[in-house]
Amino acid sequence: MDFMQILAIVIPSAILTATPLIFTALGGVLCERSGVVNIGLEGLMVVGAFSAAIFTYFFEQHGLGAASPWLALLIAGLLGGVFSIIHAIASISFRAEQVVSGVAINFLAQGLCLFMVKLLFDGKGQTPYIAHRIDKIDIPLLHDIPIIGPLLFSNVTYISYIAVIISFFVWYVIYKTPFGLRLRSVGEHPQAADTLGINVTKTRYIAVILSGVFGGLGGGVYLVTIASNYSVSTIAGQGFLAIAAMIFGKWHPVGAMGAALFFGLAQSLSITGQQVPVLNHLPDVFLLIAPYVITILALAGFVGRADAPKASGIPYIKGKR
Amino acid sequence: MTKILKNVHWFNIIVPIIAVILGLLVGAIIMLLTGYNPILAYQSILESVFLQPYYTGETIRAIIPLILTGLAVAFAFRTGLFNIGVEGQLLVGWFAAVAVSLMFSGLPKLILLPLAIIVSALAGGLWGFIPGLLKARLKVHEVIITIMMNYIALYTTNYLIKHFLYAEGEKTPNIPEAASLASTFLSNLTQGSRLHWGIIVALLAALIVWFLLWRTTKGYELRAVGYNPHASRYAGMNVKNNIVLSMVISGALAGVAGSMEGLGTYQYMMINSTFIGIGFNGIAVALLGMNTSIGVIIGAALFAILQTGSITMQSTAGVPTEIVSIIIAVIIFFIGSSYIIRWCLLRVTKGGK
Repeated sequence: MDFMQILAIVIPSAILTATPLIFTALGGVLCERSGVVNIGLEGLMVVGAFSAAIFTYFFEQHGLGAASPWLALLIAGLLGGVFSIIHAIASISFRAEQVVSGVAINFLAQGLCLFMVKLLFDGKGQTPYIAHRIDKIDIPLLHDIPIIGPLLFSNVTYISYIAVIISFFVWYVIYKTPFGLRLRSVGEHPQAADTLGINVTKTRYIAVILSGVFGGLGGGVYLVTIASNYSVSTIAGQGFLAIAAMIFGKWHPVGAMGAALFFGLAQSLSITGQQVPVLNHLPDVFLLIAPYVITILALAGFVGRADAPKASGIPYIKGKR
Repeated sequence: MTKILKNVHWFNIIVPIIAVILGLLVGAIIMLLTGYNPILAYQSILESVFLQPYYTGETIRAIIPLILTGLAVAFAFRTGLFNIGVEGQLLVGWFAAVAVSLMFSGLPKLILLPLAIIVSALAGGLWGFIPGLLKARLKVHEVIITIMMNYIALYTTNYLIKHFLYAEGEKTPNIPEAASLASTFLSNLTQGSRLHWGIIVALLAALIVWFLLWRTTKGYELRAVGYNPHASRYAGMNVKNNIVLSMVISGALAGVAGSMEGLGTYQYMMINSTFIGIGFNGIAVALLGMNTSIGVIIGAALFAILQTGSITMQSTAGVPTEIVSIIIAVIIFFIGSSYIIRWCLLRVTKGGK
């Protein structure tokens, strides 16, 4: 097997694995930039995956065919946003310890979704498999381009390109728009932002809900591209992996996307690595733990210092210095 | 305003109680909305746990690791640290205990059993040492590091089992009798439950934690660092070392919790596709127990009752067991949001002044 063939297996698979992580990590970036820690991203992904499974199935039953997963994704994002309001209320209005609230979100999402599955499907622990996934395709014309064609335009899903485009869009929003400036100022120094007339509470609410939308989308994308049905083990750590990507990407949308792609590569290598010479002698455990080890090294300052937004994790209490 | 609230002592006790009531209430509302009978459900939980010896035994069995993980989280909380990595520390402790008992299976029980528990504490302690050190020396937030350490623990223990200690059925071989905490006496007493002597270890740990935190100089230092690291440094305490020490002890407690599962409940370790959740439940237990030893025991008992009872609840009232996760989540949510409970209580008790 020559080098190009190896890349043609590994890279499309890495992009596919990374796509849900990109969405969720972007949610994390938006949330933490506003000064709210969101450990609940895992739970939000659960909600997204659950909704995508249920609604794709529902739309298929109503004869919407191949459009079903796309419509279900919209609902997954919507429900993720709705679910994240719980985290927003707790951490912004009720001044809860944000990590505690996030842990509660994770518990609640897992419990509630599985409860609903058992309710809807007569006590079964998983949803039926969906018939229409967002499938891997070769992009017409583009996949014929030599070298980059087989790597970037074959065996991919449209949703992966959307993820990349949205990353740049989020970058534009955070760094080039008045809303983004407000978001960042609220996350760095809420007192100063408040003095300048920025509504800290409102800005943080928007950010948390947006993170819910992105988390829901991330979970939904994972379901309609990779998992195909929802059960207790569908979302097992992808949310935390997305948080790791956010940190390794230094709380920057494009950085987070890059980190997600890199982690996707590590994850997909742990699966496809068996087909790759050299790597098939390496125990898969190294690839599995690589993202987490790298994140720890990044935080410790060995791989470029990563610093969180200053006010991250601290509830804002008006008038308190 | 908030200062006055913090000083009012009885709020500290009333908040967890209200949180539990709200949790059970939300659970009941969800059951009503989905067409189940909440009274029958809660009744079946209580009946199975308190009237059927087998389930009583299983409940006490479930309390054991919950006390230890609850203590682990609570201990770190006291030093101002949020150890969300109990889950991972538990897994490495579990693996270490099982591995040691298999490796030295020839040793007599008097040596092997304590050795296995100590090694599990060391392994868990090591898993807590890394985030502690990074926090103390480089000011890296322990929450993120411990989450990452959880996954490293999960994948590493799975790998080690698969390649070095593999037995039929995706697990390690059973540990030798000399390392086992299981007891036919306790089992017969409770009609064949998996209750084991670990309950003594757990209660002993609760006592030691209480003594260490409230009756020793080191414990005073650890708590002082939790209250106010700057003042502690000014008073001449070594804040960095205390942070590391706190994480190591917390991790060690979590490691011992793992050994309870390995040496007591299961007698082996399985390959886990995902986390088993006892560590995460420890967070809820610690929060509910207000980070005190006695509170942790009560909290662990409550969650163990809910979890063990939920099996009977599913068969008699038809309610899926997941309702328990929902109730636990709501309890965590309201304890986390204690500010709003305090605020409401103050409105009610002081007539809106």
